[in-house]
Amino acid sequence: MTATSSPRPSQISTDPCISLQNVTISYNEFEAVRHVYCEIPRGKITALIGPSGCGKSTILRSLNRMNDLIEGCSLTGRVMFDGDDLYSPNIDPVEVRRRIGMVFQQPNPFPKSIYENIAFGARINGYKGDMNELVERSLRQAAVWDECKDKLKESGCSLSGGQQQRLCIARTIAIEPEVILMDEPCSALDPISTLKIEETMHELKNRFTIVIVTHNMQQAVRVSDFTAFFNAEAQEGGSGKVGYLVEFNETEKIFHSPAQEATQNYISGRFG
Amino acid sequence: MPTGVQKELYVLRRRPAYEKFVDSSFRTIAISMASMVALILVAILIVVFWGSLESMGRYGWKFLVTSNWNPVDDEYGVLTAIYGTAVTSLLSLLIAIPLGVGTAIFITESFIPTRAKNIIGLMIELLAAIPSVVLGLWAIFVMEPFLRPLLSFLYIYFGWIPFFSTQPMGPGMTPAILILVVMILPIITAISRDSLNQVPISLRQAAYGVGATRWSTIINVILPAAISGIAGGVLLALGRAMGETMAVTMIIGNSNNFSWSLLGPGNTIAAMLANQFGEADGTQVSSLYYAAFILMVITLAVNIVSQWLVKRLSLKY
Amino acid sequence: MTGEATSISGDPPSNLYYKPGLRRNRTNRIFTLLSGLFSFVAILPLILVLTYVIFKGATRLSISLFTMLPPPPGLDGGGIGNAILGTIIVTCIAGMIAIPVGVGGGIYLAEYAREGAFSRFIRFGTNVLSGVPSIITGVFVYDIIVSSRIILGSSYSAIAGGVALSILMLPTVIKTTDEGLKLVPDNLRKGALGVGASKFVTITHITLPMAFTPIATGVVLSVARAAGETAPLIFTALFSYYWPSGSDAFFNPIATLSVLIYNFSTQPYQVQNELAWAASFILVVFILAMNILSRWIGHLTSK
Ligand SMILES: Nc1ncnc2c1ncn2[C@@H]1O[C@H](COP(=O)(O)OP(=O)(O)OP(=O)(O)O)[C@@H](O)[C@H]1O
Ligand SMILES: [Mg+2]
Repeated sequence: MTATSSPRPSQISTDPCISLQNVTISYNEFEAVRHVYCEIPRGKITALIGPSGCGKSTILRSLNRMNDLIEGCSLTGRVMFDGDDLYSPNIDPVEVRRRIGMVFQQPNPFPKSIYENIAFGARINGYKGDMNELVERSLRQAAVWDECKDKLKESGCSLSGGQQQRLCIARTIAIEPEVILMDEPCSALDPISTLKIEETMHELKNRFTIVIVTHNMQQAVRVSDFTAFFNAEAQEGGSGKVGYLVEFNETEKIFHSPAQEATQNYISGRFG
Repeated sequence: MPTGVQKELYVLRRRPAYEKFVDSSFRTIAISMASMVALILVAILIVVFWGSLESMGRYGWKFLVTSNWNPVDDEYGVLTAIYGTAVTSLLSLLIAIPLGVGTAIFITESFIPTRAKNIIGLMIELLAAIPSVVLGLWAIFVMEPFLRPLLSFLYIYFGWIPFFSTQPMGPGMTPAILILVVMILPIITAISRDSLNQVPISLRQAAYGVGATRWSTIINVILPAAISGIAGGVLLALGRAMGETMAVTMIIGNSNNFSWSLLGPGNTIAAMLANQFGEADGTQVSSLYYAAFILMVITLAVNIVSQWLVKRLSLKY
Repeated sequence: MTGEATSISGDPPSNLYYKPGLRRNRTNRIFTLLSGLFSFVAILPLILVLTYVIFKGATRLSISLFTMLPPPPGLDGGGIGNAILGTIIVTCIAGMIAIPVGVGGGIYLAEYAREGAFSRFIRFGTNVLSGVPSIITGVFVYDIIVSSRIILGSSYSAIAGGVALSILMLPTVIKTTDEGLKLVPDNLRKGALGVGASKFVTITHITLPMAFTPIATGVVLSVARAAGETAPLIFTALFSYYWPSGSDAFFNPIATLSVLIYNFSTQPYQVQNELAWAASFILVVFILAMNILSRWIGHLTSK
């Protein structure tokens, strides 16, 4: 099966939050992912899984125009959110990112105090409430309050990698976006913190739509309601592998009765 | 002597004495050449200090705070030149910092295509390559005549402010300040650009990720992260501005009379040396050495601090 | 479920369109405009200076400019031939001192020195020396060479000027050699030493040739910079209205383009002023050519 005859648009969700329509993303000449159709349901957790380099991060970044920062990155197709195509020329990417927040693969706290790390985003988003209260609530939700309640004035970079990542999650929660994108948020965390983050996600999903990239199958099974499986395939005449969406369905179905053989191979570890 | 095929094929199996000699003398030469730097530096300090002893003994600290420079009465005080050096270098810095940092931001953040960025960067590097004597020539014949009506305007309407209290009539402090801006701008731009480029992309992503605008990101996140490198560059530029000689000498007017006015002629230590050192004698020579010593000590201090700042930056990332 | 996705301040979610009137967007536009304006102001001097140097200097270009001596005050015609030759001589003297010493020092730092107090001190000293005002270098050389008449009893001389310029070049040459050699992969060194080559052979046959490009680039740039320097020359090489001749050329005052520009720019004669512009043109063309050459050297081997 080739990328071009990839699956039909999935019709599972009645209330799509973000919908990707024939999205192709390239870095300069190189096509990283091609022809993705996908409807991310509102108020659910959607997991993106797939082998390294298949374009999961690329797709995720395209959902809040973070790819704008990468020179030479271009997108064709449509990404619909709230009735608008995110890539139509009159859209303000800043506005988009205020409503679709992101947690990155590598923890990247600001070189400011822990308190400021949370307050900065809230402030530029026009938060008018009690800042102390917001900082505490966000840190609690991200399961990092106990570790930093005594050192809110210290630099965010003085925390351990795992703590930094939870600080970054707290920072994103604090601006209360409608959608939270997470790129392997737990890859630098120990199992306990991972569990805490997963609990947090369960709580958050009542209010937010969450899209998470993960390499951990168990995690996908534990937290997500829907799963998209991406794969990469060498193209004839092309340089490098091009990613595409193989299958998108309820997590239950993906892991117990996948429609595609590639999915079956990947989730059972027989991939190669 | 020895028998056996092996030894005949490799006659150099044992290193001959001359090879060892070449090796060790090469090492010695390299070391002594490296030591030249230290030697020259120390020698400069000693020579300048030695030359200024007479004047130091005669005037002591008063040399720094008196402004009469009078070869006829053999009385010397360097305040005019110190004031000129401080004012020209600090004011030129004040103008060059926003220009240089602004330009550096413009050519590191993605406002314009990479090609255009590189062209601007190249032009600024070429500006640094123009000899200061050529800039001085340009200042005399082009910039100063162009500037004079503007400065006269300042004099007429703001003459009551001490800084604008003399009629501009040719060379003076203001054109000197502006030509210094031209000379230090490339330094500030180049170092700011390097510092900004070293700020990791993940920080940018973090700020954009919480919905910051481009300039909010630049001002709140990127500039603070690059600040120590930029500060180092600014100090380096300050050192250069204080020591810059030719362009300043040609356009500052070389007046030994103290005046607060920026519109009139003034002097800097470097300009004074260029002008008088060749023809001075007696205590004047020693006083010039004394002035040179002061300049040297200040620029050394500024340079050392700037190096320390730039190094701190490279340690952080 | 849908109603819960409210924004933080309690307002209903606004749409995603770019709103030019928003304060943050206005601020952004202003800052962008400002930084663009600053960049323009920053490159403006280069454009203006080059334009004037070309217009005022190139119009005076002729054969006699290169072959004749500057005229006495008040007379017409003449050229700047002696200053062109003088700049070449003084810069060559400077290069002949600074390049071997600088490359040698750089070799020591990169190949022999262990990380220790001495090499740190030398590196530090190199940076400090590059920050010493050039006029002070002139004072220093005046003191040790000109006034002491240490070189065969001559006072102002081409050699004194060359020495002063070489002190200015030295830090650049050391730094580029040091950094260039450090780029050579360590395996090459180990390989050569491993087959029994001496350190001397390793350096001269393996590492130095490998590091040729960055060193050459740095040297060319430092020569260009030295050729334009004036301050260290005004009381070392001084100036001369005559041709440098024979071996006397090295031991007598000598004209250089940069000092000629300085002297002639302040004279009240039009002819002299024009010659100063012509000299600026030649100097700037030479320096820009050297800069482009150094870029080209770098480009050539990066492929
Ligand atoms: N900034 C970039 N410039 C050029 N190519 C890129 C860039 N980022 C990613 N790519 C290319 O795009 C393809 C997809 O990369 P992406 O980072 O989306 O993969 P991924 O699925 O997230 O992998 P991983 O699981 O390792 O994070 C890869 O082939 C990669 O080389
Ligand atoms: Mg990834």
